[in-house]
Amino acid sequence: MTEIQAGPGAAASAAPGSQQTPAIELDNVVKEYTSHGEVVRAVKGVSLAITEGEFFSLLGPSGCGKTTSMRMIAGFEDPTQGVVRLHGQDVTSVPPNKRDVNMVFQSYALFPHMNVWENVAFGLKRKSVETAEIQRRVGEILEVVDLTGREKRRPKEMSGGQQQRVALARALVNRPRALLLDEPLGALDLKLRQAMQIELKRIQRDVGITFVYVTHDQGEALTMSDRIAVMNDGLVDQLAAPREIYERPATKFVAGFIGTSNLLSGTVDKVNGSTAVLALGAADRILAPVEGAVSAGDTLELTVRPEKITISTEQPEGDFSVVQGTVSEVVYLGTSNSYAVVLADGAEITVFQQNAHDSTITAERGDAVWLSWQPQHSYVLR
Amino acid sequence: MRTLRARLTPYALIFPGGLWLAIFFVVPTLVMLSLSLQSGNVVDGFAFTWNWHSYVDGVTTYHDQIIRSLLYGLAATVIQILIGFPVAYWIAFKGGNNKSVYLFLVLLPFLVSFVLRTISWQFLLSDNGILLGPLRDAGLLPQDFRVLATPYAVIGGLSYNFLPFMILPMYVALERIDPRLLEAAQDLYASRFHTFLRVVLPLSLPGVFAGVLMTFVPASSDYVNSSVLGGTNTTMIGNVIQNQFLVNQDYPVASALSFTLMALLLIGIFAYARALGTEDVLEVAAR
Repeated sequence: MTEIQAGPGAAASAAPGSQQTPAIELDNVVKEYTSHGEVVRAVKGVSLAITEGEFFSLLGPSGCGKTTSMRMIAGFEDPTQGVVRLHGQDVTSVPPNKRDVNMVFQSYALFPHMNVWENVAFGLKRKSVETAEIQRRVGEILEVVDLTGREKRRPKEMSGGQQQRVALARALVNRPRALLLDEPLGALDLKLRQAMQIELKRIQRDVGITFVYVTHDQGEALTMSDRIAVMNDGLVDQLAAPREIYERPATKFVAGFIGTSNLLSGTVDKVNGSTAVLALGAADRILAPVEGAVSAGDTLELTVRPEKITISTEQPEGDFSVVQGTVSEVVYLGTSNSYAVVLADGAEITVFQQNAHDSTITAERGDAVWLSWQPQHSYVLR
Repeated sequence: MRTLRARLTPYALIFPGGLWLAIFFVVPTLVMLSLSLQSGNVVDGFAFTWNWHSYVDGVTTYHDQIIRSLLYGLAATVIQILIGFPVAYWIAFKGGNNKSVYLFLVLLPFLVSFVLRTISWQFLLSDNGILLGPLRDAGLLPQDFRVLATPYAVIGGLSYNFLPFMILPMYVALERIDPRLLEAAQDLYASRFHTFLRVVLPLSLPGVFAGVLMTFVPASSDYVNSSVLGGTNTTMIGNVIQNQFLVNQDYPVASALSFTLMALLLIGIFAYARALGTEDVLEVAAR
């Protein structure tokens, strides 16, 4: 994988090996609102390029500007600055009804006075497609979303999952150049949400349309996306493939937002080639791969994922990162155990241990333990 | 004990309102029905005779006034929809944080008595009043121009007096429309006009329906506007009934005319609900 990473406010980055025109481009887009006489900057300069056929997620906490960014792609918001391009064409001032993208709204926004068929046919009728063609395409798309035979139902007579699929069909039937989805699974319960994630991914592969997916659920974004833009406070913190974002978070924010991660900081004791040795206490040391100029005396911040850490009651031998601590909490999670370990300097480290063998718990609350991990699992934050 | 109480609770809740309706609606209606079938006069007394002649006499003598009442009511209703819908739409979608202020302004004239408001219009529209007098003196209006005592004055008065009853239900229906539905329509290539036609209008119909009920019925049976703003050839059925009851004291004919009007209004309402598709209207309204 040769991903090009985008740091905060970095320039547009393209997907691997793509020479074609991006399906969607945001070029240094800014959105300001005036609320109670104060100017609020919801989006502070976002640039990104979404490739044709890609499943692209905008991920971030509420208020990070992800929905505003999507609404600017759809045309519901005018950017204060910057340019929105669809397939290379500047559409910044084109109204939503003239843009070749369709949106799936957060609470579906199905027309309550129309049945399923009328809801789905709405866009095609407005585009003056021939009646026979409308019949054929609506029938086809209802088959794709598995709603054949429910054409006459009203939205309120359907379950949340079915309404979700009507909303999807209503957008997809127009064969848009891109489909925008605004937290489309937010209102569904966990089981249905997981089923719909797989379903959405299947539909996206089947129809081959670019999906832009807004979510605050990192699990959802990691599962479904080809690439993710993690947004924070109106800016893109990192733009990369899910694995890259999980394994190599670009910023402290990304590390904290995606999954559970342990943040550590320490002073560099010495540098052995490309490995820095950080001393924390008498017996503690952290090994971390470093690039570029790092020398003894520098302070580094790094993260370690909980599942990369081994917990033991005896001091491990070998060329690892090793820290000592006391177990403050043990939580049984079914497939794994979770330990909270407090280090000498007060930092708390979370450790996951798979219930692979005889499900024995290695340590109890109050035990002194050693935590160890491979040098490459220390990830230095910029 | 508990289940008995739970079973009685709904009846206990309906009891005060039910009693009120029984005493002040059901009993008077039955009394009036009985009166309409009696004959006699106020001096010798009335006797129950199963006589339908009051209905026949009433309708043959006053059919002009009945038709005029329904037409005036209809005209006022149409005018109120045309004036009220844009107002309700504007408050619902463009009212921002001041919606309650605008609604209060709509209701403000209601703080003044109905009769007083109508008399004010009489004062405003009188031939030599503050409005028409100067205009006529300035030569902007012909010398024989007049508004008072014409059908226009009566219909205008009816439209003015019942307008809030039209605006409020329409506002409620419009306000309940999720703005995301309008965005969804736009997203699906609908122009502003089509968004209005296909989404806003159908979803506001329950409000229009309620508004029409609340204005057409009282406007058609009103007698204040006609007696204050109208003349001899704008007499409405309400004036006739009032006259029969209070002046002629011909209770059977007055009662018969009241029932005739009631029946006509009910038929009109059901036909109207049918035409609009009640099921749809009620279904959307029940959402």
